[in-house]
Amino acid sequence: MSKTIKLRKGLDIRLVGVANKVKTNAKTPKTVSLKPIDFHGMIPRMLVKEGESVRIGSIIFKDKYRESIKFASPVNGKVQAIIRGEKRRILEVVIDVDENQEATAASPINISSMSGEDVKLKMLDAGLWPFVRQRPIDIVADPKNEPKAIFISAFDSSPLAPDLDFVLNGKSEEFQAGLDVLTKLTSGKVHLTLNAKSPANDVFKEAKGVDLNTINGKHPAGNVGTQIHHIDPINKGEFVWTLNAQDVALIGQYFLTGTYASKRTIAVTGSEIKDPQYFEVIQGTNISELLDGMIIGDNVRVISGNVLTGTKIAQDGHLCFYSNQITVIPEGDDLKFVLTEGWLGLGFDKFSNSRLFPTFLTSKKKFTLDTNTNGEERAFVMTGEMEKVFPFDIMPMHIAKAAITDNIDGMENLGIYEVIPEDFALCEYVCTTKINIQDKIRKGLDLINEECM
Amino acid sequence: MEPKFAKGGKLEKWNPIFESFTTLAFTPAQVTSKGSHIRDGVDLKRTMITVIIAMIPCLLFGIYNTGHWEMVAAAGDRNLDFWSNGGDKFIAGLFVVIPLIAVSYGVGLTIEFIFGMKNGHALHEGFLVSGMLIPLIMPADVPLWMVGVATAFAVIIGKEIFGGTGMNILNVALLSRAFLFFAYPTSMSGDKVWMAGTENTADGFTGSTALGDLATFMSDKPVFENIEMYTNNYSFIDSFMGMIPGSIGETSVIAILIGAAILLFTGIGSFRIMASFVIGGYLMGMLLNLVGGNEFLELPAHFHLVIGGFAFGTVFMATDPVTAAQTGVGKILYGLIGGMLGILIRVLNPAYPEGIMLAILFMNVMAPIIDHYVVQANVKRRLKRLKTV
Repeated sequence: MSKTIKLRKGLDIRLVGVANKVKTNAKTPKTVSLKPIDFHGMIPRMLVKEGESVRIGSIIFKDKYRESIKFASPVNGKVQAIIRGEKRRILEVVIDVDENQEATAASPINISSMSGEDVKLKMLDAGLWPFVRQRPIDIVADPKNEPKAIFISAFDSSPLAPDLDFVLNGKSEEFQAGLDVLTKLTSGKVHLTLNAKSPANDVFKEAKGVDLNTINGKHPAGNVGTQIHHIDPINKGEFVWTLNAQDVALIGQYFLTGTYASKRTIAVTGSEIKDPQYFEVIQGTNISELLDGMIIGDNVRVISGNVLTGTKIAQDGHLCFYSNQITVIPEGDDLKFVLTEGWLGLGFDKFSNSRLFPTFLTSKKKFTLDTNTNGEERAFVMTGEMEKVFPFDIMPMHIAKAAITDNIDGMENLGIYEVIPEDFALCEYVCTTKINIQDKIRKGLDLINEECM
Repeated sequence: MEPKFAKGGKLEKWNPIFESFTTLAFTPAQVTSKGSHIRDGVDLKRTMITVIIAMIPCLLFGIYNTGHWEMVAAAGDRNLDFWSNGGDKFIAGLFVVIPLIAVSYGVGLTIEFIFGMKNGHALHEGFLVSGMLIPLIMPADVPLWMVGVATAFAVIIGKEIFGGTGMNILNVALLSRAFLFFAYPTSMSGDKVWMAGTENTADGFTGSTALGDLATFMSDKPVFENIEMYTNNYSFIDSFMGMIPGSIGETSVIAILIGAAILLFTGIGSFRIMASFVIGGYLMGMLLNLVGGNEFLELPAHFHLVIGGFAFGTVFMATDPVTAAQTGVGKILYGLIGGMLGILIRVLNPAYPEGIMLAILFMNVMAPIIDHYVVQANVKRRLKRLKTV
C-alpha cells in the first residue's frame, strides 16, 4: 500500500555550488583506495601484501570477526601501500591502477532461479555485501540476521546532494535487477521511498516488487532513517537493512554481467568548485586529478560526502566507500571580528535556523558557509532547537544526554535502535552548544553494540 | 601575547579571563572536526545579547519610572504629573539604577571569573542576562550591599555549585530576589523600599505599591474600602503603561511586551510557556472571582496580568530555558501551573504581596518532574509499539 508521508519539521540548508546536470567520464586515476575505516567498527584481516597484483573483484581484506564479509578491489593493479595509523590500525589500502582495466570475462547470473541463501553467498563472495548496511548500530549488515525490511531512499535531500534521478537515469535494468536480488534477502518488504516534491525518474517510478511510498518535506526527508521511522519503525530486537540507490544498481549490474561493478557517478559540488558537475569515477578514486583546476580558493576543506555527514579528506585523498558526492567548502580557520562577522555583526552572510540573523528574510538566497564553528562549545542552554529539525517521535536532546552519560537503559527507552548518527546531523548543525552530537550518538551506539547486541 | 596565556606559559592560570575577552572581540578560529562540517551562525553570545536587547525597553522605562516616584516621594504628592520634567526624572532614575546594575554585574562577573579560573574555562554567557535581570527585579530603594550579597548567593549557591551556566536548577535572578526576601524581610517588604528616598518624606505619605495596597484587603486595616476604590486609584491603563511604583523593570507591560515580541520573534523565548503562563494566571484570576468572599478575590482577572511582577516574570523569568521544562508538552504544563500558582499565592498568601517569584521558583523545582512524565509518555508509546508487533 502506498502512502504519502508529510513532514513539518526539517531544514534545507541552501548552499552555493549545486552540481550542473552534466556528466563527464573522469580519467582513470593513478591510484584508488579501499579504507577499512569507512566501515565503522570493522577490523580487517588483510588478504594481500604490498606489491601484490590484484584484479577487479579480487578480495583485498575481510572482516576479522565476521569472515564471510569480504571487500573487493575496484581495479586491476598492484597494492602500493597499506597505510597504518595509531596502534597499527589499518587506515587505507592504496592500489596502483593498471592501464589495462579489462575485467576477467564472466557470464550473467540468473537471479530468478536463486534462493535467498544463494544470493547472499554470491554477494558476500563478490565483495558486494558491504553495500548493505544495518540498523540499529549503523554497521555493515550481519548476514546471519534476518531483516524485517529493506529500505532504499530514491532521493537525497542533504545539502548540495546529487540528484539520484539524474545519476541513475537510463539504469532501469540494473536497478531493477538489484531490487530483485534484495527482495530475495528478506521475507518482509523492500521499501523504496520517492520524493513528493518532484516527479521521480522512471527508474524509481516503474520499480517492481517493492513497496513505493512518497515523502514530502525538508531535509532529512531523504534520509532513509526518517523514512523507516514513518513507514515501519524499528523495535528492539529487529533489524532493518538499508542501501544507497546507486549501490543497488551496482549490485544489479554485477548480477547482469557477472563482474564487479566499480564505476559510479558522483557529484562534485560546493562553493569552492568552479563549474560543479557530475563525474563517472571508479569507486575509491584518487581525487587530486579529478579536482585539478576545479578548486577556486586556497584554504579549502575537501569532504567526501555532504557537508553534514561527510568525511574530511586531503586534496590528494581518496573517495570514501559510501560517498556519492565530493563537497569543497572554505576552511573557516580565521579570527572573525565581533562587529563585522562575529557575534555582534549584522550577519547577512550567516545562515541560521533561528531568526537571530536577518537572512531568515530570504527564502531563495544561497550561502557560502565555512567550517568555523561560529562560537565555542557550551553546556545545553537553549531547548526546543533540535526538535524543530528532527522529524522523529524521539526526544533528541534527551537521547543525546543519555548517550553522553553512557545511560544504556535511557538510550534504549528513548529509541536508540531507530537512529544512527546521520539522523542527528541537522541537530548538530542547529545546536547553539556546538557539541558534536553525531559523535556522541556514535559512541552511544558503540556502547549498545557492546552491551546489548 | 597569546603564548604567555597558553598551556605552560607564565600566565596560564589567567587564560580563562584572557580567553573570555578575546572571544568577546573575535569569534575564534575554531573549526569543526567531525560530524557536521558547517554549523549554524548562532552561538550563546548572540543568543544572550538578544535577550539583553529585549530587556532594554524595560530598563529605560524603569529608569524613568524610578525617577518619577523618587520625585513623588520627595514632593509627598502621589498625583504628580507623570510626563512633566522628563529629563530630570530620567537622570534621577539613572542615579538609582546604574549603581544597582554595576553592583550586580561587578559581583556576579567576579565570582564567575573566579570559578572560571578554578575550573579552567572561559566565562560562560549565562550571567550576562542574569546580571541585567537582577537590578530590574529589585525595589528602587534596596541597599546596594544587599544586592551584592544576594547576587553572590544566587551565583554561588544557585549556579556554580551545580556546575555553572546550563546546569542550574533555579533561576539565578529570582533566587537573588528570594534570598533578599527571606534574609532581610523587614527591609524588603512593607512600603518603604519601592521608591527611592522615601525615608525623608512628609508624614502620612506611603510609598506603597498596587500589590501592597491590595494585600491590605486581607488584613484588618485595608487601604481602600472596596475594590472599586482600588481600580479608581490604580487604573488598568496606568498599570498597563507602567506608571505605578514597583520593582524597577517590572511595571510597564508595554515595555515588557516589546521585549516579549523580540524574544518570540527570534525564537529565544518559548511561546508555549508565555502563552500558557498568561492563560493559567487569567484562569486562576477568574476562578477566584467566582469564589469571591473578600475584595481582593474580586479584583477583575485582567488586572492581575498587569500589576506586580506577573508580566515580567512571564516573559523573562518563566521562559529561562535552563530552569523551565524542556519538553514541548512539559512547557505548556509548566506555564499553566506556574501562572495559576502565581495568582493563587499572590491573592491567598497574606505574608507577601507578590506570588509570581515564588511560583516560578517552585515550578523550576517541579520542571524536571514534569519533563520526566512527558519523557515517560514517549517511552511508553515505544514500548506499546513493541508489544503490538
